[in-house]
Amino acid sequence: MHKNAYFGLSIVVAILAVLPFLLPNSFYMDLAIRMAINAVIVLGLNLLIGFAGQISLGHAGFLGIGAYATAVLPTHFGWHPLLAMGAGAAVTGALAALVARPIFKLKGHYLAMATLGLGIILNIAIRNEATWTGGPDGMPVPAMGLLGFELTSDKHWYWVVAILLAVSVWASLNLIDSPFGRALRALHGSEVASQVVGVDVVRYKVAIFVLSAVFASLMGSVTAHYVGFVTPNLADFFHSIELVTMVVIGGMASVYGSLVGAVLLTALPQALATFEGWETVAFGTILMLCMIFLPKGLVPTLAARFGKGE
Amino acid sequence: MALLDVSNLSIHFGGVKAVQNVSFSIDAGIVYSVIGPNGAGKTTLFNLITGVYTPTAGEIRLDGESIGGKSPNELARRGVARTFQNLQICMNMSARENVMVGAHLRLDRNLVKAALRFPALKSRDRELQTEAAELMAFVGLEKYVEARADSMPYGALKRLEIARALAMKPRLIFLDEPAAGLNPKETIEVDHLVRKIADFGVTVVLVEHDMKMVMNLSDRILVLDYGKKLAEGSGAEVRKNPDVIAAYLGAHA
Repeated sequence: MHKNAYFGLSIVVAILAVLPFLLPNSFYMDLAIRMAINAVIVLGLNLLIGFAGQISLGHAGFLGIGAYATAVLPTHFGWHPLLAMGAGAAVTGALAALVARPIFKLKGHYLAMATLGLGIILNIAIRNEATWTGGPDGMPVPAMGLLGFELTSDKHWYWVVAILLAVSVWASLNLIDSPFGRALRALHGSEVASQVVGVDVVRYKVAIFVLSAVFASLMGSVTAHYVGFVTPNLADFFHSIELVTMVVIGGMASVYGSLVGAVLLTALPQALATFEGWETVAFGTILMLCMIFLPKGLVPTLAARFGKGE
Repeated sequence: MALLDVSNLSIHFGGVKAVQNVSFSIDAGIVYSVIGPNGAGKTTLFNLITGVYTPTAGEIRLDGESIGGKSPNELARRGVARTFQNLQICMNMSARENVMVGAHLRLDRNLVKAALRFPALKSRDRELQTEAAELMAFVGLEKYVEARADSMPYGALKRLEIARALAMKPRLIFLDEPAAGLNPKETIEVDHLVRKIADFGVTVVLVEHDMKMVMNLSDRILVLDYGKKLAEGSGAEVRKNPDVIAAYLGAHA
């Protein structure tokens, strides 16, 4: 199984390496970049939802912190973009830890409610602090420069996010198959059993929540730089739901499922654009069919059907 | 000094006094059984001592240190392991991984090292895979080493729980009805297994309804009824105790 898992990584790397030479124009290049960015976020979220069995309905809020840190700090305070990105991630991590600790001491669906609320609060804050954030209109983001080299072309961005994605897949695979990852999966499987073998359940839940939030924040910063503009929509509730949907459609507790979910749900709205006005209906229908016929998500269901185990 | 010392332990759930004023002590290295009719409070007693419940009153001392109200993971650190009457197997993991989780506290659990695939962690994990396979063989599960937990039969899962608990290298192991639901042949195998565990110097606390197994294995027996201590002693003493006979067979027997 583990050899299989890393074999998948080599396929991902191969696809990432040849993709830019196959894409016909900048429209597809842009799509590929956005797929890769979403895939990294969904990987982090799947560690939380699929592997550790916890839910977050506010991850777009964390993404928003990263995106707006990247927009606001260099624009208004002259910070270096990398420093701003780091600051966004640090604030996100601290906020996630602060919120998660008391919630995880409770049992039940409190986390869903709390993250839902947190995401909405962050979104409202971004919309209202118009002096700093441009309010609902959003604001432009200064270009990312490093050592006199400015990241502007799609090609450069592609390689940046491709490398980030490959490294994230590798790190996720490593994490899952480690003492830390086993503890996460164990507390999902049986909380009381993991406790009696010594897993500090609250600590592990907080750790993975913070990790996935920081992933989202960092990728929020990357999105902001890549697009060159941020709007509050990045941080809204619907974006949070979209991210959770990517996890579920691709497959809970599946690294490659995260990639498939991100790729499909990023491409689907584009592919459905020809339906003109009916695209939301078509989108919803596809999601429902997926859930009816592939309830465990695409990758785990297909893997089981073709008898490859996990 | 006894390894485990329980004095005047009580827990109330609302008006229900599930365990009332129970005192006993367990010496290191013995097999100690807790018996009693259904609802006598045996599992509740286990949950109290292993930190799943917090006592309403009373004291639990492990090696002289008060452990009442400590969380299960803190108790795990002190070498207390347990299995569950209603299976608590992680069905989202392989059988072997379930056992490997038992070694949690003996491993480097660093997140960053894990994500970066530090060689020391990987080689320790490879050792642990062998260790887990050996433990599975020890409990008689050698043919399930590569199995998924959710594909294993009930009797095998009961033993998988024991293997996971043993992976902690515990001093004290609580087995909650390890033979429940097993056929006579499997019951005899579990009987031998408990004996083997005790022979390794692990103190065993056993809850079991199979009286033959209890009488066969136990150095001492505690009898509970309606949450209260009814009797304590060796198998022979307990069997002759009129209160115990009354509780099991009815007051007029």
